[in-house]
Amino acid sequence: MDLLNAFIALANYVLVPGIAYGSQLALGALGVTLVYGILRFSNFAHGDTMALGAMSAVLITWGFQAIGLHLWVLPTALLALPLAIVFTIVLLLGTDRLVYRFYREKKAKPVIFVIVSLGVTFIYNGITRFIIGSDDQNFLDGERFIISARTFKKMTGLEEGLAIKTTQGLTVVTAIIVVALLFWFLNKTRSGKSMRAYSDNEDLALLSGINPERVVMITWVIVACLATTAGVLYGLDKSYKPFTYFQLLLPIFASAIVGGLGNPVGAIAGGFVIAFSEVTITYAWKKVLGYLMPTGFEPDSLVQLMSTDYKFAVSFVILLIVLLFKPTGLFKGQSV
Amino acid sequence: MNETLRNTGLFAIIAALIVFTGFTQSWNAALLIISMGLISSIMALGVNLQWGFAGLFNVGIMGFVALGGLAAVLIGMPPTLGGWSAGGWGVTAALLMGAVTIFATALVAKRMRKGWLRMVTITAILVAGFMLFRAVLDPAVEAIEALNPAQTGYLGGLGLPVILAWPVGGLLAAGAAWIIGKTALGLRSDYLAIATLGIAEIIIAVLKNEDWLARGVKNVIGIPRPVPYEIDLQNDPGFVERAASLGFDPVEASTLWVKVLYVALFAGVLLILLWLSQRALHSPWGRMLRAIRDNETAAEAMGKDVTARHLQVFILGSAICGIAGAMMTTLDGQLTPGSYQPLRFTFLIWVMVIVGGSGNNLGAVLGGFLMWYLWVMVEPMGLWLMNLVTMGMTDGYWLKDHLIESAAHMRLMTMGAVLLLVLRFSPRGLIPEK
Repeated sequence: MDLLNAFIALANYVLVPGIAYGSQLALGALGVTLVYGILRFSNFAHGDTMALGAMSAVLITWGFQAIGLHLWVLPTALLALPLAIVFTIVLLLGTDRLVYRFYREKKAKPVIFVIVSLGVTFIYNGITRFIIGSDDQNFLDGERFIISARTFKKMTGLEEGLAIKTTQGLTVVTAIIVVALLFWFLNKTRSGKSMRAYSDNEDLALLSGINPERVVMITWVIVACLATTAGVLYGLDKSYKPFTYFQLLLPIFASAIVGGLGNPVGAIAGGFVIAFSEVTITYAWKKVLGYLMPTGFEPDSLVQLMSTDYKFAVSFVILLIVLLFKPTGLFKGQSV
Repeated sequence: MNETLRNTGLFAIIAALIVFTGFTQSWNAALLIISMGLISSIMALGVNLQWGFAGLFNVGIMGFVALGGLAAVLIGMPPTLGGWSAGGWGVTAALLMGAVTIFATALVAKRMRKGWLRMVTITAILVAGFMLFRAVLDPAVEAIEALNPAQTGYLGGLGLPVILAWPVGGLLAAGAAWIIGKTALGLRSDYLAIATLGIAEIIIAVLKNEDWLARGVKNVIGIPRPVPYEIDLQNDPGFVERAASLGFDPVEASTLWVKVLYVALFAGVLLILLWLSQRALHSPWGRMLRAIRDNETAAEAMGKDVTARHLQVFILGSAICGIAGAMMTTLDGQLTPGSYQPLRFTFLIWVMVIVGGSGNNLGAVLGGFLMWYLWVMVEPMGLWLMNLVTMGMTDGYWLKDHLIESAAHMRLMTMGAVLLLVLRFSPRGLIPEK
């Protein structure tokens, strides 16, 4: 029995990556849930919005790096993020003007919006690949670790090391700031309140003089901020590859639905539920159990419930369970 | 212009395009476009059943098509020597145990009273069931995969005629559709879309990773054919003689003849399914589905079981996609899980249905042929366009190289743009629903 080492191993392989991944999913799911709450459709283009926003950040970062602009130990991408957000805002507002507004005025069924968003997905995806190609792109610079495993071992004298990557720390800090700003905006400002009112009851909001087009516009602006931030953080943490963002769509939707579509608090909770389920189910527990079990009883096999190739299956199964037993999600969402 | 004339004209245009390809490129290419067009039309028929008849949004066509492909391997390939004795029964037992576990869980969830005791029982059953499942499955899988991994390393199939795989592919797809439909239908329409998106990804993940089933990314090649092999035809004096009398050399004649046979087989399947779909569309059942699609609340008030009808049509449509998937793998002669892309197998089919005219079976067939033709042609056209755009630039200039290199990605944008434009300006498609 070696509780301390077991805990460090657990933190290193499960807790830290889980929290970082959970924050990324939460940011993505917030975007999906906001579009759902205000525009009332599941936005399939969200993954590729993240990809396109992150792509602009990658290009701007390269530009900054070329002119020798750096941000001390932090990734230069942070400097590029505001510009990338502006790009994504323009992109989303343009898309709304060209594509979605027509169907909104026609009061089309939600399923038509979903199909349209699928069309938008492929155009975004095409643009991304057209500009940057479909390969892995590296845009991370600065210090790699906040604490590397070796420094940690030297500091504490423990057998297990705990490594925290800069990107992981950055992800969590940024996510907290973004979520705090979002909730401040939704709860304290006039525009935020009108958004919530519109989401709760469209007719009542219209009667009280809320301009729906303005609400929709603000929503897209916020969604652009969230999507770009999530996309850049994911790209920094893992690596930037256009097609992974389409695959992220499933865990993101699962997070939003598990938490309750249309409910921002639910989206955050859902993001962490999905992230931790994925990480714990695909992690090989041999090391942690090796410390926990009494000597002689250590497991021989990897004690991995599922191979990492099936991580999507995890979010899918959770999604199915929620749909079967609690279709409104853990926190009360809008939809049945 | 009268409607029949217009529709005949539209089909004639496609026929002319294909004949044009035959003259300018080769008849082999033209026949290949026809056979893939036939398969695409069948997939479009299936999706049209779901979307056009019932308004169900299925984003997992790729998964159902891949299941059809799996059926072609499981039925058509010869069994691996010693595969079943090595681990086949172990795998079967493990899968049965998994099914029993899920069944027991469902039973407990239904029978026991709500409370902490039920939660504990369910967790216990699931954990024990999973442990047992893995304990039986893992050694069996290892034993199967150790059997001559370079050549086989999987269970193999039943060695039956591959045509039998077509209905079996439909059954497999129907099974998957039942699971999805049971959970996601009856809720919001978007939920079905998300659930089908998920099942498609998972089916592909299973095909890629479960080597014992169909060799995973090592691919199964050489699936037996329902038609003769070219080399046998070339060695058959009777065939060579007939070819010579028609003025063909034996090699060309054999490749053409094989493709003609495939086209005949596929056309037969398409005609049967088209006839069935037309009958369904005009039957009381079809009318009921359309009534449900147009106003669910009213139909429900009239005593129609909306969720049950949706489940029915969802399963039928997915089964048709499964049949088409099995046919496609038969035509390719190989199963390559890595080649299943959502763009190619889900999105393209959607564009076919919408362009052709959702709710109209003939429209789906037309859309299938037209969009397949475009799909084949967009890449050379994109390259041509890029060459035109970059004509003024000097060779080796980075932008020129980049643009020409990226021409391959034109497909994504073209298909997305076609879908959005049709939805916006001609939402009823080329052959509108009556």
